[in-house]
Amino acid sequence: MAEFEIIKPLIGGMLIGLSSAILMLGRGRIAGVSGIFEGILRPRADEVLWRVLFILGLCFGGLVMSFIYPERFNLETNRSIEMIALAGLLVGIGVHIGCGCTSGHGVCGISRISSRSLVAVPTFMFVGALVVWAVENFAGAQ
Amino acid sequence: MKRQILTFVSGFLFSIGLSIGGMTMPSKVIAFLDVAGNWDPSLMFVMVGAIGVYSLIFHLIKPKMEKPVYAEQFKLPTRLKIDFPLVVGAALFGAGWGLGGFCPGPALASSFLFDIRILVFIGLMALGIYLGSIIQLYIPRSFYRND
Repeated sequence: MAEFEIIKPLIGGMLIGLSSAILMLGRGRIAGVSGIFEGILRPRADEVLWRVLFILGLCFGGLVMSFIYPERFNLETNRSIEMIALAGLLVGIGVHIGCGCTSGHGVCGISRISSRSLVAVPTFMFVGALVVWAVENFAGAQ
Repeated sequence: MKRQILTFVSGFLFSIGLSIGGMTMPSKVIAFLDVAGNWDPSLMFVMVGAIGVYSLIFHLIKPKMEKPVYAEQFKLPTRLKIDFPLVVGAALFGAGWGLGGFCPGPALASSFLFDIRILVFIGLMALGIYLGSIIQLYIPRSFYRND
């Protein structure tokens, strides 16, 4: 059972906002993780290095934090590995066709008051909630 | 060199934020989406904090700059209209997010744990992006409003 928190999520969110703003003011790019990742899978010579550096920063930040604050990297859920595999596939198809994920649409897009993001975010939150409800009620917790 | 360090630092800070905020725990993500069950609204405050800081900087500081510190121009998304693929893509993404409890940022931030669940998720996500680009070839042009 997850406990309700306010301060840590707020501080974490502010850091995400700050890091995204650094990327915009420094390099003029949207901090959309799925888009940055996709650009590495489909490389264009002049466009790869900054993406690799951002993703490496993301990986190293996570590695450092997993030593400082290991509880935050508890990956236990009632989801099977098959569900996680299907989830990865859906997320990959979805971010490509929908042009973004929680960071690009959810943080940058909403902040920029992008009409596309204002549609995308409620859509993925609604469907996400629907799927969680379905899994918790019909798939049965393992 | 400075701009390369800045880019790395941006990614580094991003995952510090994700983990302090709790986004790296799929159980927390699932509880956030479980509005009909044991709803835990904690992660809403991640959104509030991130959008608060980013929108302030985007709307107050960025307009005063002619160009980014280390680039020639600001590159903002060029697609502006709401269309069918946007809604379908967002829905598929949401389904995967609720099913697994992972989205791309936290999954990549956790990749150095080398946990099988994370590696499977990232591998299938990469495959999904590739599949998405094939599926896209079969979406009629008339479904797009942004070309």
